[in-house]
Amino acid sequence: MIYREAGQFKTSYASDQAVFPIVQDRVFVLAAVVAAFVVPPLVAGDYWLQAILIPFLIYALAAIGLNLLTGYAGQLSLGTGGFMAVGAYSAFKLTTAFPQLSIIAVFLLSGLAAAAIGLLFGIPSLRIKGFYLAVATLAAQFFLIWLFNKVAWFTNYASSGTITAPDRTVLGVTVTGPNAPAAARYVMALAFVAVFALVAKNLVRGRIGRSWMAIRDRDIAAEIIGVRPLRTKLLAFGISSFYCGVAGAELVFLYLGSAETLAFDINQSFLVLFMVIIGGLGSILGSWLGAAFIILLPIFLTRLPHSLGLTMSVALQKQIELMIFGGLILFFLIVEPHGLARLWQIGKEKLRLWPFPH
Amino acid sequence: MTWRVALVGIVALAVAAGPWVTRVQAAGEIFIPLLVYRTGPYAPNGIPIANGAIDYFTLVNERDGGVNGVKIAFEECEDQYDTKQGVECYERLKTKNPVLVNPYSTGITYQLIPKAPVDKVVVHSMGYGMTATADGRWFPWVFNFPMTYWSQASAFVKYVAAQEGGMDKLKGKKIAHIYHNSPYGKEANPTLEELARRHAFELTLLAVDHPGQEQKATWLQIRRLNPDWIYISGWGVMNQVAIKEAAAIGFKMDRVVGNWWTGTEVDVIPAGDAAKGYKSMNFNAPGAGFKVHQDINKFLYDKGKGAGRRDGIGEVLYNRMVVNAMLNVEAIRTAMTKHGNKPLTGEQVRWGFENLNLTEKRLEELGMKGMMRPLRVTCENHEGNGQAFVQQWDGKKWNVVSDWIEPIREVVRPKLEAAAVDEAKKLGYTMRDCAKEK
Amino acid sequence: MSDLLYMVLVAPFKDMAGAPAFLVEVLIGGVFAGLMYSLVALGFVLIYKASGVFNFAQGVMVLFAALTLVGLLERGAPVVVALALTVAVMVGLAYAIERVVLRPLVNQPQIILFMATIGLNFFLEGFGEMAWGANVKKLDIGIPDRSFIVRGVQINELELTAAVTAAVLVTLLALFFQTTRIGRALRAVADDHEAALSIGIPLKTIWVVVWSVAGVVAIVAGLMWGAKSGVQFSLSLIALKALPVLILGGFESVPGAIVGGLIIGVGEKLGEVYWGPLVGGAIENWFAYVLALAFLLVRPQGLFGEKIIERV
Repeated sequence: MIYREAGQFKTSYASDQAVFPIVQDRVFVLAAVVAAFVVPPLVAGDYWLQAILIPFLIYALAAIGLNLLTGYAGQLSLGTGGFMAVGAYSAFKLTTAFPQLSIIAVFLLSGLAAAAIGLLFGIPSLRIKGFYLAVATLAAQFFLIWLFNKVAWFTNYASSGTITAPDRTVLGVTVTGPNAPAAARYVMALAFVAVFALVAKNLVRGRIGRSWMAIRDRDIAAEIIGVRPLRTKLLAFGISSFYCGVAGAELVFLYLGSAETLAFDINQSFLVLFMVIIGGLGSILGSWLGAAFIILLPIFLTRLPHSLGLTMSVALQKQIELMIFGGLILFFLIVEPHGLARLWQIGKEKLRLWPFPH
Repeated sequence: MTWRVALVGIVALAVAAGPWVTRVQAAGEIFIPLLVYRTGPYAPNGIPIANGAIDYFTLVNERDGGVNGVKIAFEECEDQYDTKQGVECYERLKTKNPVLVNPYSTGITYQLIPKAPVDKVVVHSMGYGMTATADGRWFPWVFNFPMTYWSQASAFVKYVAAQEGGMDKLKGKKIAHIYHNSPYGKEANPTLEELARRHAFELTLLAVDHPGQEQKATWLQIRRLNPDWIYISGWGVMNQVAIKEAAAIGFKMDRVVGNWWTGTEVDVIPAGDAAKGYKSMNFNAPGAGFKVHQDINKFLYDKGKGAGRRDGIGEVLYNRMVVNAMLNVEAIRTAMTKHGNKPLTGEQVRWGFENLNLTEKRLEELGMKGMMRPLRVTCENHEGNGQAFVQQWDGKKWNVVSDWIEPIREVVRPKLEAAAVDEAKKLGYTMRDCAKEK
Repeated sequence: MSDLLYMVLVAPFKDMAGAPAFLVEVLIGGVFAGLMYSLVALGFVLIYKASGVFNFAQGVMVLFAALTLVGLLERGAPVVVALALTVAVMVGLAYAIERVVLRPLVNQPQIILFMATIGLNFFLEGFGEMAWGANVKKLDIGIPDRSFIVRGVQINELELTAAVTAAVLVTLLALFFQTTRIGRALRAVADDHEAALSIGIPLKTIWVVVWSVAGVVAIVAGLMWGAKSGVQFSLSLIALKALPVLILGGFESVPGAIVGGLIIGVGEKLGEVYWGPLVGGAIENWFAYVLALAFLLVRPQGLFGEKIIERV
């Protein structure tokens, strides 16, 4: 009833090809973005911002990045943690070497550093495919972590062997470091992910995205019609690593505050991959939903028994939580193998007809 | 039909929304969050630690009616030894106004160090965390008494020297350090290197990558090197495999010494009898023969209020956490001498930590005489004046086999102060003047 | 520069030649470690071969099998009974997985099935720990963890046993695949699901069989690794050590898992012992992957993997 597109006619190609062709979508997304910028900083407490929303936004960014590579270009990668580490460590080196440099520029530059490394480790993708490639990207993962752990230069020879986010400001507001208010860090993370989500959305519906999808769907056919696999695949690795790099820098600067290499271990790579698959391969919205599922659900499940008034030992609670979490992953896959984004789409279709489905 | 759907929806919404609402701590109590890991790969270490904390705090509440009449409230949060889950736990429990936190994970400690002065929560990383924070002039909110990794490494070298017949006998001896390849594992390296320079012993550093299930290459190198002594800084499964490998290559077990996180009951289980003779450092005596254990039995386990199994009482890590909890409580008690017997703020408790003076007499009153050394913390020195000893596994239990060893402070302290300047600068701290503190 | 080249290219080999007994020891250590990896990799290969699923939960299956066995032994069951019961549990698990996970997801893309095994992984992690507890349990399989010395070369009895076990297991599996009726059916399913179905091979039974066999392999792997480190939660992490073996050997090849294991095991030990000290050590983990990667660049389908024929 409310979600009715009757009467909306597209009179130009531009309006037909718009990111959100339906007026309601446009209004809703715009309202949601504005609300996301305004409401949580005013309403949510430190716990919400620090422990839930900030990591959610950062992982959403990483998931979008990996989705470009895995979902759109079809290249399975398990090097995400390594690329995030490149971002984090180069951000740390940059901002300690050039304290005057704006932190936004630092984030972007560290994204570029990660992109360069991503390009390098993307080269094997020309010969290796599927799960073989996934395990080959693990070489990047393990090597990079080892490197950052081993070479003291990356941590500025800190005796503790960790990197720590110093205080940096944007427009006079402290946005990184321990003294930055959670709200400021939240807005910063949101601004980045909002902009980059839009960029990603536009990338994938343009020439680049189409060539990625061509490679994903049938690489030989794509090559025959003139998509150059070398450039296309490497571009996917580069751009995806850029996103992961920025997310990695944010992880340390906006969320954790300080980190050792263990924060970027193989589990991170798996975590982001789970988000992409469960959210929906080849869907920007899916990356958001996947990040929400993987980050929010465990916290929700942990707190559920308490709010229901059940008392049980924390160990038992965690074990049951793991079982339910695993069960829910299976459940959602069986209900809709194409991810949460597809479920959302089905819901939307239903909503368009509601309340008169026939 | 529509009503039923609406009803189901409302119930579902209530269930979904419930977990996000946090409750505020009751007034009149002091709240201490417990970040525990009873599940996951590190659970074998985490379970005795968690039980020790709960048992001691419950004992204080049950036996003494709290600290000078103020009850201690605590809540467990499972973090699986995972940094991100630990931060989530901390942030969640922060809403209950905690005064102090014992992270029991190097990774989580590093997260909490910068937050401590902002949130006004004391971080007590007892025998772990960042060594540099022992300089209280730079890190007012972080305490790592009774000892740091660097002091521990120096005490180990002194022990080796004593076994070999004097510091001058160290010359030319071969010592290998097998360490977990992480900031934690590397902690002892600078101290060992410095001492190797001074006393001309030959030091070999061998890293083992996380998680450390496969150490064949490391132990092959040990075979070739054939060192006189081995020092291990491990954690979790790495410990069990290392001890087992040492036994398997036929190395003399009484020359393998673990640090105090590499010498618990679970570490020697898989090796069985082959682990006999294995040694490790410690700063809290093992065993359940102290008066505090009798009290724990009498007031808790006899009444069915114990946190774990009765035979877990007296395990190395259990005792460590009992000591840790005792130090927490005594710091709060010290703070009460200044601020009165009422629920305190983090700021006030911090003063208590900084002016903690645990005498032999007080230890005896607490039923812990001999379980640890008397301790005095000052504004400058957050490490205190702790000492360590060496314990040895006899196949059934850990026995103390050395006297208390004083660390080589003249080597450790200057390095520590230099490191503190480095680390504090990263956070933009300024040094405070301890002469002005009261 | 020439110093560097000398250190990288010459010194390690001089070192090897200088102490041949030690070199032999390193090689043997590598072979044993490699066969231990192969034991884990085998589980992956079996399942991938028959159902095209990259089973992320294999590591947890190893843990679960070992936990069940030790749990039963601790409760006083005789060894034979405990083993039989554990096998029964793993078969039951295979049946449940086929029913709950595989059947509803038949014909889905590989990556979806992969994700499903991740869900399975979480579930088993929670369930295993809830059922058997989180503590380290000693697993005594009756073989002393002692060493004997042959001509200056130290050999560990336990590792020798594990290596022999792995070799026997592989031979048995190879025979099973080559000669038995059900083995041939398995190979048919591996080649083409639909064609196999059309000639009357019961796909569902085959899946249950294959997951059961993988479960039994998991028991053996759990036994061997558990004897080394005690049975504890970390056992589930050994899957990571099997991955380079898999890519090197090929996902579909049983002999590949063995040869891959040997190459990775020997390669990483040689790398760590002779080249590791040059860069500060602990290079084993990534060295294994780089080694595998180097092989892949030459043969993208792994050493024994099936050649991928590309058509439009």
